[in-house]
Amino acid sequence: MAKVQGYVVVNTQRCKGCDLCVVSCPTDVLELQPREVNDRGYHYVYMKNPEECIGCFNCGTVCPEGCLTVYRKRLDK
Amino acid sequence: MDISSIVSPENLVYAKPEIMNDNHMHYCPGCSHGVVHKIIAEVIKELDLQEKTIGIAPVGCAVFAYKYLDIDWQEAAHGRAPALATAVKRLNPDKMVFTYQGDGDLAAIGTAETIHAANRGENIAIVFINNGIYGMTGGQMAPTTLSKMVTSTSPDGRDVQMMGNPLKILDLLALLDGVCLATRVSVHTAAAVKKARRMVKQAFENAMAGKGTSIVEVVSTCNSGWKMTPADANNWMVENMFPVFPIGDLKNI
Amino acid sequence: MTEDVTLMKGNEAVAYAAIRYGVDGYFGYPITPQSEIIETLMEAAPWKTTGMVVLQAESEVAAINMVYGGAACGKYSMTSSSSPGISLKQEGISYLAGAELPCLIVNVQRGGPGLGTIQPSQSDYFQTVKGGGHGDYRLITLAPNSVQEMADFVSLGFDLAFKYRNPAMILTDGVIGQMMEKVKLPEYQRRRTEQEIREQCPWATLGKTKERGPNIITSLELDAALMEKNNERFQAKYRVIEQEEVRYQEIECEDADYLLVAFGSAARICQKAKDLAREEGIKVGLLRPITLWPFPGKILNEYAGKVKGMLTVELNAGQMVEDVRLAVNGKVPVEHYGRLGGIVPTPDGVLDALKEKIVK
Repeated sequence: MAKVQGYVVVNTQRCKGCDLCVVSCPTDVLELQPREVNDRGYHYVYMKNPEECIGCFNCGTVCPEGCLTVYRKRLDK
Repeated sequence: MDISSIVSPENLVYAKPEIMNDNHMHYCPGCSHGVVHKIIAEVIKELDLQEKTIGIAPVGCAVFAYKYLDIDWQEAAHGRAPALATAVKRLNPDKMVFTYQGDGDLAAIGTAETIHAANRGENIAIVFINNGIYGMTGGQMAPTTLSKMVTSTSPDGRDVQMMGNPLKILDLLALLDGVCLATRVSVHTAAAVKKARRMVKQAFENAMAGKGTSIVEVVSTCNSGWKMTPADANNWMVENMFPVFPIGDLKNI
Repeated sequence: MTEDVTLMKGNEAVAYAAIRYGVDGYFGYPITPQSEIIETLMEAAPWKTTGMVVLQAESEVAAINMVYGGAACGKYSMTSSSSPGISLKQEGISYLAGAELPCLIVNVQRGGPGLGTIQPSQSDYFQTVKGGGHGDYRLITLAPNSVQEMADFVSLGFDLAFKYRNPAMILTDGVIGQMMEKVKLPEYQRRRTEQEIREQCPWATLGKTKERGPNIITSLELDAALMEKNNERFQAKYRVIEQEEVRYQEIECEDADYLLVAFGSAARICQKAKDLAREEGIKVGLLRPITLWPFPGKILNEYAGKVKGMLTVELNAGQMVEDVRLAVNGKVPVEHYGRLGGIVPTPDGVLDALKEKIVK
C-alpha cells in the first residue's frame, strides 16, 4: 500500500513557539521542545513523531513566522 | 529508512515565500499578521507583481511591515494609507498598489480616507486586519472591539451605551458603488488561510484590472492583547468575533 | 506664435505654471481665497494633454497625504490651501519633511486665528518658518509679491524641493492670489518618464527592480541613536540650504538711512511708502525677503551697520520682526507695523508708522 511520508524542517531560530502548528497537525507529529529554547528564549517546535507526518503542510500554512519547510514523498515508487 | 532523506528539492511542498525576507519579525508569537504577510508575499509572487507592487504600511502593529516583504513600501501617517494609495495608483496606473491597515487605522482615525477612496473606486486593494483591539499601544479599545470585551480603556468591558457599538465598516464599504470586492476571511486554520489567499489574489487582480476598490477584511486575533494563548485566541475568535463579523463575501462583482 | 503674456489672477498663474512645469499631480480641497487654483486646473483639464492628475480630495488632510504618496514615487506633486486648511496639513507636512520628500505646497493666507476671515493676512509666518508641525524640520519658503512670481515660484519651488529632498512652500496671501496682473507663463516642459524619474530619484517607490533592494519611504526610526543621526542629517541639509539658497530683493537700499523690511503683498505697499518718504526727503530703502526660510539675516545684519533703523511691515501682529531683530542683534532699532484680521495697511499708514516709530 502506498504510504506518503512527510518531513518538517524547522528554522529553530525563527520559531517563536506559538503552538499554532502543533494544534493544526492532523497526525500529532509536532511538539514544542519541553526544555530546549532558542537564542530568543522560545521553546521551538520539533517533530516528536516524524514517521506520522503526511506532508500536508497545514503547519507551514498557519505558521506566522514562515519558519517551517515541508517535504513529502510517496514511498512505494 | 531515514525519513530525513526525503528532504530534497524535488520533494519540497511548502516553504516561506521568497518575497518574505529573513528579518526577524517583531510580532508576538502566534500573531495573525505574519500569516497575512506570507499570503501577500505568495500572491505577489504568483501574479509576478514584485516589480509593480507598492505597499502602503499603516500605523499600528504592522507599522514595520516594510521590513519583512521585499517590495517597495511607503509608510503612511496613522489612517492615511488610502490617501497615499490613491495618489500612487493614479500617478502610476500600471502598478499594483495595496494598503495594509488595522482596525484603528482603517476604521477610526482613517475612516474618512477609507470611505472616500472606496467611494471613488480607487483601483487599489485594502488588506484590513480586524482584531478588535489596538495592539501596538498595548491593548486599548478599538472601533471594532466587541460589546463587553475587556481592553485597557474598557476595563469593565465595552459599554456600548457609553462607547458605541463595534463598527462594521466592511458593511458600510460594501454599499459604495466604487467597491467591487468586500469580503471577510480569517487565517486560523489551513483551510481558512487558503481561502484568504484566494481572496487576496482576487483583490490584487481587481486592482490591476481597474475594477475598483477591493477590501479583504481578515478577522484576526491579538492573543497578547486578548491575554490568551494563540490557540485559545483562535477559538475565542470563532466563538465571539465571527457572530459579529461573519466570514464570507459581502460583495463580489 | 505670440508670447504667452496674459492677464490673470495669482491663483490662476499657479495653476497654469504647474501644468507647464510638467507637474504630475495636484491634490486639493476648496477654501477661500485659493479655490481658483483647483478650479483653473479642473477647467484646463491637463489630464487630457500633459497627463497631469488633478483630484479634489475629501479633506486637506487627505490632500497632503496624497501629495506624500505621489512625492514618494518621485513625482512632481503639489497641493494648495489657505490658512485653516494649511493647519490641517501640518501633520502631513511633518511626515513629508521626516521622510525627506520633495513637493510643493501653496498657502494663500487669510486672517486668523480659527476660522477668522477670508481677507488677506500674513499671520502664518511663524507656522511656516518655525516648524508648524511636530519635530525639528524646516520648510523652504518662497514669498511671491506679484502674479509673475506666483508663476515663477512653482518651478523654483519644485527645483529647490527636489534639489534638497525637502518640501517647499509658496507663502502668499489673498492679495497676491486674487489680484490680476500681466504674467508671462513659463515654457511648456514635458512630464518626466518613469525611467527619467527612476534615474533622478533612485529612492522613489516605483516598484522594486531586480537591480536594487526595496525602496522604503518612512519617517519612522525607533532606535534613538539612529533617529538622532537622521535628525543630524536633516540639520546638515538645512545648514547647506541656509548657505546656498537665500534670496532677497534690495530696492533703493544703497543710500538709505532707514530700511523697510517686508515680504509679499506688504512689500508692494512698502514700495509706495518708500516713494512717499523719499518725496519728503526721508531716505528709505526696501529690503524684501524672497525666501522666508532660509531667512536673509546676513544682509540685514550688514545693513544694520549702515542705517539708523528698520521697520518691518507685515499683515500680522509682528512675526518676521523677531527674525529681523535676531539678525540685527541690537545694532539699530527694529520696530514693527502691521494691520490685523484681514486689513491691508496703506502706504500712508506705513509712512506714519515709520515717522512715529523710527525716524522720530
